[in-house]
Amino acid sequence: MTPSKSSKDTTINSIEDLTYEQAFTELEAIVAALESEKKSLEESMTLFERSQMLVQYCARLLDQAELKVQQLSGESLTDLNLPA
Amino acid sequence: MIQLPLFQPPTWSVTDLTRYLRQKIEEDDVLQDLWVMGEVSNFSRPASGHLYFTLKDASASLRCVMWRPNALRQSYLPLDGDAVEVHGSLSVYETGGVYQLYADTIRPTGEGLLYQEFLRLKARLEAEGLFDPLRKRPISRWPRVIGIVTSPTGAALRDMLNTLRRRFPLVKVILAPTAVQGAEAPAGIIAALGALNQAIQPDTILLARGGGSIEDLWAFNDEGVARAIASSQAPVISGVGHETDFTIADFVADLRAPTPTAAAELATPNQDDLRLASSDLAERINRTILATLTETRWQLTDLGNRLQLFSPRSRLRSNLQRLDELSHRVVLAQVNMLRFQRLQLQNSEQRLAVLSPVSVLNRGYAMVLQPDGTLVHSVTQVNVGDPLDVRVSDGKFSARVTQGTTPED
Repeated sequence: MTPSKSSKDTTINSIEDLTYEQAFTELEAIVAALESEKKSLEESMTLFERSQMLVQYCARLLDQAELKVQQLSGESLTDLNLPA
Repeated sequence: MIQLPLFQPPTWSVTDLTRYLRQKIEEDDVLQDLWVMGEVSNFSRPASGHLYFTLKDASASLRCVMWRPNALRQSYLPLDGDAVEVHGSLSVYETGGVYQLYADTIRPTGEGLLYQEFLRLKARLEAEGLFDPLRKRPISRWPRVIGIVTSPTGAALRDMLNTLRRRFPLVKVILAPTAVQGAEAPAGIIAALGALNQAIQPDTILLARGGGSIEDLWAFNDEGVARAIASSQAPVISGVGHETDFTIADFVADLRAPTPTAAAELATPNQDDLRLASSDLAERINRTILATLTETRWQLTDLGNRLQLFSPRSRLRSNLQRLDELSHRVVLAQVNMLRFQRLQLQNSEQRLAVLSPVSVLNRGYAMVLQPDGTLVHSVTQVNVGDPLDVRVSDGKFSARVTQGTTPED
């Protein structure tokens, strides 16, 4: 299969492409939407599934994150490894 | 005989004189608010907590006292031989017959000059509006890239990196290394700020240095550094020295942190908080969904109940019953009809039997038929010599016409 699905994913972002901020903001929006608006059961369940994925994704981002440190000298960046 | 003068000059008691001198000194505004500089000698601090020392220079000396409450407030206490500046008021210690300086502040010489310079620059930049709260840019809540301007070898860098790693390891850190003390430090700091803004455009810049003497921190009181902070595109958080140190950089910065570690904390969300926040959101979503499901299920049950009231099933049941009845009646009607028809049939049979030619034949009549089976009931139907069949009750026989083929009148 050719990776032609990327063009379809414009409406709902693929979770893996989100930054923590985007994922968290979307999560907040889902809560707000669920708490304030009357949603159909089907819509609610879709949002619920999405929220489950977002929560897991956020936790995974934090679990797997490793601080990246680089040094700027002139215009060039080099990795900097310092003892913690 | 000695002639006594008419008006003798008054004779002072020692006490009166001393008190008089003390009044004179204490009335003099200059002597009540002065800075004196000199070298410390005979410094002593007895159990009372008061400080006693002598200030001297090449050709004079001055006794000094600092009472315990003032002594406790000093961040700096001199040693013999230190060049210091002392602030206080002059008075007389009557019992000892000495005038002395009652000190309230003591600081190393030179600090005063630096401090004057600091105040002048601060006032000028403040007048220019560089410290205006309206100028302060908001600090990004979710930084992706944090620039750090500090010494690559200092403890400050290590503290900040540890803090960032602990709080928000998702962030990317770019260090723009520079000396942070010494003559070349201001130019280095300015260049580092410029390079970060130019090449990286970080979300936040941490400008930091660990604690040190006021001279060590002096680069952060440099006017050029202040202007570089003010013109930085990225908001700058300063974390210079200890909590009690305030530099010009702190005033210009968009946010002042008391220490480098605190600067890293102010620049980032705490992942513990983030985890709590997202599990809190998850919890709220669960609650809402559960409520929706419960409500939907309840609605469904309710609808089901109401539906049962209006259900066609009961109507169907009564219809079925009615159908049953009807069909029973139909069957009954049919049976009756059949019975009636059978009776009619029997009736017809009896009537038929009465009319039947057979019974007529039985009574002795005969039927005359032509060979083609046509019944002969008129003489005109036959001619002499025609063959005929004659049917009687128990069979038939043949005959022939001999005469009389005209009707009788």
